[in-house]
Amino acid sequence: MILIWLGFILASSGIVGRTNFNEDMSAFLPANPTQQQQLLVSMLKDGMVARLILVGIEGGDAVTRAELSKFMAKRLRDDSVFLQISNGDASSQERDRKLLFGNRYLLSPAVSAEHFSEAGLHAALAASIEALASSSGLLLKSLLPGDPTGEMVRLLGLIDSGSQPTSLHGAWASKDGTRALLLASTRASGSDLDGQQQAILTIRQAFDVAAGVAAKDSANPDASPRLVLAGSGVFSVAARDTIKSEVIRLSVLGSLTIFTLLLAIYRSLATVVLGLLPVASGILAGIAAVSLGFGVVYGITLGFGATLIGEAVDYSIYLFIQSQQDARLWASRFWPTIRLGMLTSVFGFASLLFSGFPGLAQLGLYSIVGLLTAATVTRFVLPALHPGAFSHRDFAPFGVLLLNGIRWARHWRWLPAALLAVACVIVFWNRDGMWSHDLAALSPVSAADQSLDASLRAGLGAPDGGYLAIASGQDREAALAAAEKLGSILQTLTTQGVIAGFTSPALFLPSLDTQQARLSSLPTSDELQHSLRDAVPGLPVRADRFKPFLADVESARRRGPLRQADLQGTSFALAVDGLLLRQDQRWLALLPLREPVIGSPIDTVALRQAIAASGLADIGFVDIKSEADQLYAGYLRDAMAFSLTGLAAIVVLLLAALRSVKRAARVMAPLLIAVLVVVAGLALFGQKLTLLHLVGLLLTVAVGSNYALFFDLGRQEVETPSVEQAITLASLVFANFATVAGFGLLAFSPVPVLQAIGVTVAPGAVLALAFSALLADFDP
Amino acid sequence: MMGSRYLLLLWLMLMQGQNAAAEDFGLDTLLPILAQNRGGRARFSERKFISLLDKPIESSGELVYAKPDHLEKNTLKPQPEHLTLDNGILSVERKGQKKSVQMNDYPELAIFIESLRGTLAGDRAALERIYRLFLGGSAAHWTLLLLPSAPEMSAIISQIKITGESAQLRSIEIQQADGDRSVMSIEPIREEP
Repeated sequence: MILIWLGFILASSGIVGRTNFNEDMSAFLPANPTQQQQLLVSMLKDGMVARLILVGIEGGDAVTRAELSKFMAKRLRDDSVFLQISNGDASSQERDRKLLFGNRYLLSPAVSAEHFSEAGLHAALAASIEALASSSGLLLKSLLPGDPTGEMVRLLGLIDSGSQPTSLHGAWASKDGTRALLLASTRASGSDLDGQQQAILTIRQAFDVAAGVAAKDSANPDASPRLVLAGSGVFSVAARDTIKSEVIRLSVLGSLTIFTLLLAIYRSLATVVLGLLPVASGILAGIAAVSLGFGVVYGITLGFGATLIGEAVDYSIYLFIQSQQDARLWASRFWPTIRLGMLTSVFGFASLLFSGFPGLAQLGLYSIVGLLTAATVTRFVLPALHPGAFSHRDFAPFGVLLLNGIRWARHWRWLPAALLAVACVIVFWNRDGMWSHDLAALSPVSAADQSLDASLRAGLGAPDGGYLAIASGQDREAALAAAEKLGSILQTLTTQGVIAGFTSPALFLPSLDTQQARLSSLPTSDELQHSLRDAVPGLPVRADRFKPFLADVESARRRGPLRQADLQGTSFALAVDGLLLRQDQRWLALLPLREPVIGSPIDTVALRQAIAASGLADIGFVDIKSEADQLYAGYLRDAMAFSLTGLAAIVVLLLAALRSVKRAARVMAPLLIAVLVVVAGLALFGQKLTLLHLVGLLLTVAVGSNYALFFDLGRQEVETPSVEQAITLASLVFANFATVAGFGLLAFSPVPVLQAIGVTVAPGAVLALAFSALLADFDP
Repeated sequence: MMGSRYLLLLWLMLMQGQNAAAEDFGLDTLLPILAQNRGGRARFSERKFISLLDKPIESSGELVYAKPDHLEKNTLKPQPEHLTLDNGILSVERKGQKKSVQMNDYPELAIFIESLRGTLAGDRAALERIYRLFLGGSAAHWTLLLLPSAPEMSAIISQIKITGESAQLRSIEIQQADGDRSVMSIEPIREEP
């Protein structure tokens, strides 16, 4: 027996040793997404949005912050870790302006053969001269000789000005001016966490150097500026670090707590070590099973290890305390009950295996294998390792004390029913606001970080994926061409006020066909000279003023189309890279839309109608936020269905094992009351329930079923000696201590998913034991 | 360029001479008078002399000012344009398109507009952030000269000359560094009591 166990442990260790551990957020992303979810997921994992690091500089005075921003930008631009650094400084604005001006005849939608005919030129010139009379006339006049048709002004009008950040002292700043802002896009993709970490480190170093230089000049070193970072890469790295440190902290702390508790109970080191063997074996086997089943183990799954400690340690507690008289007797009298309790848990967790949410499926497999292993090791290996009594302490006096306590507490047996009634009222009262419908609720990113991210994004006008119009095609060119058609629809919607504006990659990189069409409509130098001469009569200007215009048109004709690589070094590169992406066999152009009024939703019906009315096949519209929330709602529905299936499986199991509806009902009643009271309690404390709370409730039933079954056992055997009853009760209370200690630790974890399980199971387990005890004699 | 600098200097010296002669009429006297200006409406007509063009281009419309930082310039001819400055946000509506910008983001715009708003408001601090100020004449007929202090601004505008009669502005002349200039004359509209 011991040899089999040793072999099993060895094999498990071997598998665990070669396991791939994954600490990124993919545990929270669906395994079988729809096409739109796929887009969402690929944007979250690899898209440009995921590659953006939002940098804020706070504290100090505005001039210092702007100087720091410029210094950092200069340094970071030289670093190959980044594709692009934008902070709105003069040099980058100049580069953008140069690109637009230099390519205005490729980029401007007004370019056509008519535009350069005599009549077209006359109209365009008249409009440009009239514009000189406007308030900005003195600024525009320098453009006139080179750009008499006003293409530059037209292009600037097309670029969505609402999405541009504010500038202060020559660098981007938040709207209220208290923060300098900088946008870095990393070469590493969003899912390359090591690459992201490297980029974050580089930014911090650049800031430290810049701040060091600034501090030397500063008269007031107290008001030293601070660096704040946000963005999905930053949060993923932070989450990885948090999860890593949490897994270690919880495992160490959990083991120590249980160890101390067991030592206090047994007063024997050897017994404690023996007691922890099933747990350790269970954890090892669980990880090995997940590794074999999924190929990869999520860091968060290991975080659940603590939950396993909490439950699996119960088995050895039962064995050690209940078998004080005779281990063989234990195997025949108590083991069947423990086995049934364990099977109840396994049935409950089995439902999670079918979840479309890889994190949950892993948790299911991990728990099932872990519990089976722990129980088997307890039953077959421990007695073989240590023949005879495990503990020589007499737990009977403590048990008798407890027994008397319960007899006294029977006066309070109406309490569960009363609590149930109150809980039902509270749950009914809060039925609408009880569940969290937000995907962010699952995110390990704290609420403070999420709001920092939102405020930095708002200041930078960085794409946050609110509303997206999408154009697709079989290749990049087709997608760009579709984006151009979509753009003209959106332009109409902008004029109508349905949206405030949009950004399109085709604005900065028109499709080759469009560019070629524009190029071929440009007249030769001679033709243009003629038309120009015929166009000026009647206008207060002479044709020979426009030599730069003739030269620029000629050079545009000769240079040929603009390529994506030409955008390098301008802020348009970021827009095009981020908004043009490949998905499977197709290319997608994303066109972020701006809400007509900040914070008020877009009239999606009008939008969809306009898109449908166009009759174009390759365009569509996604409301990212609602898509993400639907994704989450899908998880929740899933988890709800699986939990109810799990519950049904447990009931069927109990009915089959106990062969009595009455007994099964008596076992289930205290558990269900405990679950409802916990839910009501969470609602009272304002905790929004997520699917991890749901998993916690399932765990509560799984753990609690052991208690309820023991009380059921006690009731069946009228002749049970009271000493044995007392000892059984003592073992239950000790097991409960261990469970509460294990889950209680989770309740204080900063990782929301672990915290959710902790705050559900710790009180749930106590209530399940208390209600089982109070209702033990209850005859429905 | 050198010539105009010398002329300017000469003019300044003359003005300072006048300053001394006038009975203590200086910025400390004028700006408080202007600051009492609650606001009002005025007609304007503007002529821009641009060397590229054979003749000056003209525009006209209405100015509205309300203390301390609401300013409207409603151009009616030749092309309607509605420009508003409110708490540092500049909005321009032209041909049905409206754009708003933070004036601080566009120093080259601020230098045009702040001369008007700052003078109307008698906001010495705001004016001195951007310009060096020189005042000539008397309270009844004064001339305020604004010289951009930042070198990158004086590369665009060499000077702004504002004339007025006590609290009333009468003309604004903007001289650009390249020799082009614009002249705006202002005629107050008397509000019916």
